[in-house]
Amino acid sequence: MISLRNVSKYYGDFRVLADCSTEVRKGEVIVVCGPSGSGKSTLIKCVNGLEPFQRGEIIVDGVSVGDRKTNLSRLRARVGMVFQHFELFPHMTVAENLVIAQTKVLGRRREEALAKGTKLLERVGLEDQADKYPGALSGGQQQRVAIARALCMDPICMLFDEPTSALDPEMINEVLDVMVQLAKDGMTMIVVTHEMGFARKVAQRVIFMDHGRIVEDDQTESFFRSPRSARARQFLSKILRD
Amino acid sequence: MYEYDWSSIPGALPFLAHGMRVSLEITAVAIVVGIVWGTMLAVLRLSSVKPLAWLAAGYVNLFRSVPLVMVLLWFFLIVPQFLQDLFNLGRATDTRLVSAMVGFALFEAAYYSEIIRAGIHSVGQGQIAAAHALGMTRGQALRLVVLPQAFRNMVPLLLTQAIILFQDTSLVYVSALADFFGAAYKVGERDGRIVELLLFAGAVYFVLCYAASRLVRRLQRRAAA
Repeated sequence: MISLRNVSKYYGDFRVLADCSTEVRKGEVIVVCGPSGSGKSTLIKCVNGLEPFQRGEIIVDGVSVGDRKTNLSRLRARVGMVFQHFELFPHMTVAENLVIAQTKVLGRRREEALAKGTKLLERVGLEDQADKYPGALSGGQQQRVAIARALCMDPICMLFDEPTSALDPEMINEVLDVMVQLAKDGMTMIVVTHEMGFARKVAQRVIFMDHGRIVEDDQTESFFRSPRSARARQFLSKILRD
Repeated sequence: MYEYDWSSIPGALPFLAHGMRVSLEITAVAIVVGIVWGTMLAVLRLSSVKPLAWLAAGYVNLFRSVPLVMVLLWFFLIVPQFLQDLFNLGRATDTRLVSAMVGFALFEAAYYSEIIRAGIHSVGQGQIAAAHALGMTRGQALRLVVLPQAFRNMVPLLLTQAIILFQDTSLVYVSALADFFGAAYKVGERDGRIVELLLFAGAVYFVLCYAASRLVRRLQRRAAA
């Protein structure tokens, strides 16, 4: 469903992504990890064209992301994204956050969009928060609303950019639980995260990145049992200690 | 010792009130047109079409680099001609009010556009990314996500600018248009009581503007809470 072929990205002379290639099949859950600055966030932002790339090709559901003729807005409407800092719209209520893109982008009627939003709020356990403003919610609640907002668009896949990194520890699980359920329901997901417990539980594959390269791209089981590269072993030993 | 004599003020109040109406009308038009045109200028300056961005930047820098009095005088000299030619009006038609409104609006738009541009920059890149990720076009992201937040952040500055603008309307006296200041001056001249009338006018400006700025501060504190 998503394929990356030799994707490279430069900031001036500096290479942020180097020859990244991988395939994500429908229903697959992929975890992307690696040290900070390894390019993992940049990589998933290339998938929905939020970040431009200079070389290679990314195909999402048959549409080429880098092609200048591609209507990126139309593609992005079908690819859900969840950000590290939630990025709910602070000037709108939770309900408005869920409705706005459905009506303005997909052209749904307001009642239909509201019904959909309510259903998804229930799914993330926040049906009683619809009339609040995002600022009145905890970080964990905001991130769950952000997931619901993305799901309102009926996405064909979901991208998560460090969805729990900005959260207090006690709120991480409520967000991960929603994501685990989503994975079990068969959503295609690419998740940039350091939550190795989540990876173990639901990911079919783990991609390990370092210095803009995909160093490992392996079945979850074998990635944790026997990482091939020294860099990944080192990373794992650091991150699994705590 | 100067003998103060305030007796000419009560009788002149209707005339002064009419002057105040003129001042407020000019202020209102300049605020509305200034904000609308200023927003357009701010958006144009951020446009990826470079010539448009340059034109907008040139406009803003031009108007911010010349004295307001001069801009007003130009408009008193140019706009009447232009309007009279355009609509075939007689030379006698008084276009000073319209010229004043046009001059102020175009001038203030330059200042408003800078405020709004700062407001747009105050909205985080993440918000724009989130809007795009939901499939919004650049225009939709700007209209639905960026500008509402930009305006909300900028309300105190926009209001402060409006107060300054109200004070600046007194500059239309260069065209002998009877705004509040001009009216007060005329009455003072007529009765030989310029000092009293100017003190009175100053007091009125002070009370209005001080009250308005207190209101803005209260609003600001409430928004921060």
